[in-house]
Amino acid sequence: MAKTVEGLYYSESHEWVKVDGNVAIVGITDFAQHAMGDLSYVDMPEVDDELEAGEEFGAVESVKAASDLFCPVSGTVVEINEELEDAPELLNQDAFANWIMKVEMSDPSELENLMDAAAYEAMCANE
Amino acid sequence: MKYYDKLIFDLSKAGRQGYSLPACRWENSVSELPAGLLRSDAPDLPQVSELDVVRHYTNLSQMNFGVDSGFYPLGSCTMKYNPKINEEIAAMPAFAGLHPLQPSQTVQGVLRLYKDLSHALSEITGMAEFTLNPFAGAHGELTGLMVIRQYHMSRGDLKRTRIIVPDSAHGTNPASAAVCGLEIVQVKSKANGLVDVEDLKPLLDDTVAGIMMTNPNTLGLFEKDIREIASLVHECGGLLYYDGANMNPLMGVVRPGDMGFDVLHLNLHKTFSTPHGGGGPGAGPVGVAAHLAQHLPSPRVLEAEDGTLYVAEDDGDPCGRISGFMGNFGVLLRAYTYILMLGKQNVKMVGPLSVLGANYVKEALKDCYELPIPSVCKHEFVFDGLKDKSTGVATLDVAKRLLDYGFHAPTIYFPLLFHQAIMIEPTETESKETLDGFIEIMRHIAAEAISDPESLKTAPHTTPVRRLDETTAARQPVLRYKDIN
Repeated sequence: MAKTVEGLYYSESHEWVKVDGNVAIVGITDFAQHAMGDLSYVDMPEVDDELEAGEEFGAVESVKAASDLFCPVSGTVVEINEELEDAPELLNQDAFANWIMKVEMSDPSELENLMDAAAYEAMCANE
Repeated sequence: MKYYDKLIFDLSKAGRQGYSLPACRWENSVSELPAGLLRSDAPDLPQVSELDVVRHYTNLSQMNFGVDSGFYPLGSCTMKYNPKINEEIAAMPAFAGLHPLQPSQTVQGVLRLYKDLSHALSEITGMAEFTLNPFAGAHGELTGLMVIRQYHMSRGDLKRTRIIVPDSAHGTNPASAAVCGLEIVQVKSKANGLVDVEDLKPLLDDTVAGIMMTNPNTLGLFEKDIREIASLVHECGGLLYYDGANMNPLMGVVRPGDMGFDVLHLNLHKTFSTPHGGGGPGAGPVGVAAHLAQHLPSPRVLEAEDGTLYVAEDDGDPCGRISGFMGNFGVLLRAYTYILMLGKQNVKMVGPLSVLGANYVKEALKDCYELPIPSVCKHEFVFDGLKDKSTGVATLDVAKRLLDYGFHAPTIYFPLLFHQAIMIEPTETESKETLDGFIEIMRHIAAEAISDPESLKTAPHTTPVRRLDETTAARQPVLRYKDIN
């Protein structure tokens, strides 16, 4: 059973968001890393990229498949996790401890469109 | 299978020689080359005897698994037998010795063959005209999309930048569309595996260039609503693209042109029995409806009034040039041979027999493998892993175990609609005995998954190399021989 973390926001496309002031820290869920299998590459955006909620911002690749990543909230990329460039396996080791990017939110009210841990778990149970 | 992984350089012994060139009768002219283009040392070629060379390549060839060595039920790839007469014809000196720059009056017969194959493909698919120039299926997809783009541009309709692709599509569809500069919009499948017409309707507007469909789709199911989809897409001004990867079950029975498709590609290396991959290059001819013929890529083979054939550059309003000359001619020749050898009557048997084989295997295995969509399939079908998943044995383990029993694995983890997809396509060239042998082993593996799951999780056991560490290979690829160790 894939784990979830309380207090985070979750998207239908299996990203999580942790809120730190006006910054959204974004990663992929444990369910997502488990479904993908061993990751071999993480395609990340560039700092200063402007993203709309629902817009594709990168991709994760494993030997099995490639899957696009979708930004849960609108805003500007302020930091990317460069450690993942050489060590995509960090997402397999702990998907919640290893974030992918940080986004300065332009409309924090969009967080309300996301799920809490319980709702996300219920969604995954149906997949 | 004997393990052999040497390079020819490993066999080299200084001074050993299998062949000597005659003395050069011409003056050495390298002195005219600029110093920067001259090499300072002799090339490091392997020094081997003829016997070394013969054994080396014979041993290497035995490390391979092909249609000639065993059953190869790789879904969506149509691994049918490649008849040897195709090779005989392609090896004829009159064909093998052709040069692509020969004046057209010296190759009238070859140009006629190009036209005749185009006509045969038109007859089979219901399309008006073909280009045989694309080198492979995905290359054909790109060519077809370029034709669609050119059609919209020639009408000054520049808004049409979106292309609709079902979630069950081959990955090459969105990839080709992206290469063509189009924006991809996904349309969902219903629970019965078919494109959801209600999900499609709101996507259709004046920014849609077209829709890419595979029929039967990658689940092996015939898209029964195709006529309705065709009229909806046409009403909004878009075109219909047919991915011909799954043409095999329809051959001689149903024609994409009659379903309303405007553009299609065929994979000659699937439906028309030419070799795949390492066995030779592919070919992806593109057929179009009459009003799109002027947008086919250059060069085209056209007929003058007196019946002479000529190679035309920039005739009509071409989408561009997609190959140096006119495709992989040797492959076209094999496909033409295949069509003539079958003849009109037998072409009609290809589809029904491939459908019969697939349904026979599906029905014989559905009590031990999960069949998510239990309807009659066309040439292939998809299981979603083992029925009993409690042992933790995954689709990958089943596929690896098949290798131990001398079968090539089916396509796995595609289509993406299911997590444990196993996609099986037997093709019409396999006998009932071969299918029965495969069924027996698949049932045996399902039983092993319960009695001895460990033997599956560590399979294969009898192949020259055991389970490969694909993750490390993907994360830290070694791409050059000299980087080994």
